[in-house]
Amino acid sequence: MLWNMLRRFTLLLASLIASSALVFLLLRLLPGDLAQAKLGIYGTPEALAQLREEYGLDKSLAAQYLSWLSGAIRGDLGLSVLTGADITQELLAKATVTLPLIVIASLIAILIAIPLGMFAALRFRRWDGIATSTVSQLGIAVPTFWVGVILITVFAVQNQVFPSGGFPYDGWSDFPNAVRSLVLPATTLALAQGAVLTRFARSATIDVIQQDYFRTARATGLSRARALRIHGMRNAMVPVVSVLGMQISTLIVGAIIVESVFALPGVGQMLLQDVNVRDYTKVQGTVTATTALVFVVSFLVDSILGVIDPRARRR
Amino acid sequence: MMWNRNLLIGASLVGFNVLVAMLSLVWTPYDPLEIEPALSLTRPSTAHLLGTDENGRDILSNLIVGSRATLITGVMAVVICMVVGVTVGIATSVSPRWIESPAIFGIDIVLALPTVLFAIVLAAVYGPSTITAIFAIGIALSASVAQVTRREVNVLLTSDYVTAARASGSSTRRVIRRHILPNIRASLFVQASGACAVAILAESTLSYLGLGTTPPAPSWGRMMASLQQFLLIDPIFPLWPGLAIVITVLGFNLLGDGLREVLDPTLRESKH
Repeated sequence: MLWNMLRRFTLLLASLIASSALVFLLLRLLPGDLAQAKLGIYGTPEALAQLREEYGLDKSLAAQYLSWLSGAIRGDLGLSVLTGADITQELLAKATVTLPLIVIASLIAILIAIPLGMFAALRFRRWDGIATSTVSQLGIAVPTFWVGVILITVFAVQNQVFPSGGFPYDGWSDFPNAVRSLVLPATTLALAQGAVLTRFARSATIDVIQQDYFRTARATGLSRARALRIHGMRNAMVPVVSVLGMQISTLIVGAIIVESVFALPGVGQMLLQDVNVRDYTKVQGTVTATTALVFVVSFLVDSILGVIDPRARRR
Repeated sequence: MMWNRNLLIGASLVGFNVLVAMLSLVWTPYDPLEIEPALSLTRPSTAHLLGTDENGRDILSNLIVGSRATLITGVMAVVICMVVGVTVGIATSVSPRWIESPAIFGIDIVLALPTVLFAIVLAAVYGPSTITAIFAIGIALSASVAQVTRREVNVLLTSDYVTAARASGSSTRRVIRRHILPNIRASLFVQASGACAVAILAESTLSYLGLGTTPPAPSWGRMMASLQQFLLIDPIFPLWPGLAIVITVLGFNLLGDGLREVLDPTLRESKH
């Protein structure tokens, strides 16, 4: 168990280093360099040289990466090449919108998907079970931004229940309005994720129902729902939790889309703006931090799986 | 066997799309790029079945032409991911452990990287374009193709007929060509169809975010982004491009599911 955790943790560290190096390289392989990008046509040779020294661009690629990495480990992602602002500070400020969005959306998705998937599984030859699984199939094909636009149309334009976008200027100190402005975005994100999760919950439950131990439980007189609750739940949850872990990367991408639809000032919105103005150090910081989050979450999910399913520990 | 419901619906939807894309080469109701300021944002009518956009361009014509770009994107991304994925998958399966282990690690990393995020980085470097989007999507999807291929090849490599072929002196290359590739062909079709759906969804997302196909080439994702602004005038406008994306992606998903069910008899009765 301990040895396994250690092995996973080593893999996590290696993934973090490899992915950050990949993003670093991709953004450094640009024609021209950051100094030229910043100064543009005003770049006199002296000014360029000074800026290169300031950002350490006169050193070798490896040295640049190592100095960036040693900063990143201490939580310092450097300065924006365009505005000079502290990237970590900005990222943390934007995360106060994005992280709650992701957490609320996952909770809604789980609350919808697991009961719905089990329902579709228990009645998989009846019309209502088939209808449930057809809806989830359809849900996978629907682009997130379209769901967002439809929700805006119904709940913000036709009935003005929730705001159509934006976030209160005071942020979370204006708590009721902050929550109100996250309702539609979180629902949008949850519906897209929930559709995938429903399908996995359904097929995992069907797997359990077809097991011998389930039939034995039914033969002792338990109803299907009760047998599922006592003997099936834990087994059906294993694949669902592991899918949930893999979903974190689609959740983050989904958050970028949803923030764009609802004009939420979060990490995704900031990333898109930085890409447009070519703020490479900020793009690098944001993307690396986001992928790091993905790796850490999947590491945690893997570890949790070991607790739910003793068989997974040995793998 | 051919009357599998998913396969039938999926194939019809995909076939319909291909027909529309081919039709767009020779005929569209109007010139999709023709600007007619007097007709800005008209509702559906007999002259313009789905109405017109803010510049008076016929929405239906743009959707029809957009289907071409969508299919080309899907197919090209799938070609990239299948070629890269299958090559890497087979190559790592037959190579010695000291190559295999780092390769698996690399596949795992690409697998965990969010596709769209990767595409955003590429768009930041090379500027937004259909080509960068296709490339990013193709590479990102190739990791999962490589993983599935590896799993299948590893099973085949332990089979008796591969051992027999080896024993009778077949080279690795010959074993792959004669015994491995024909046996994984069915699963490759299933994967290609599923990958196509993911690729089309990803491309429309990138275009929606302004990081994919650039104007004036019609693209469903970008049409969605621009028509969304006129939601207050009439919510019917952003409905159309979204519907087109749903139909296409659903078609490829069902086609993939149907193929899987037809090709894998154990799934036919029980689960799906």
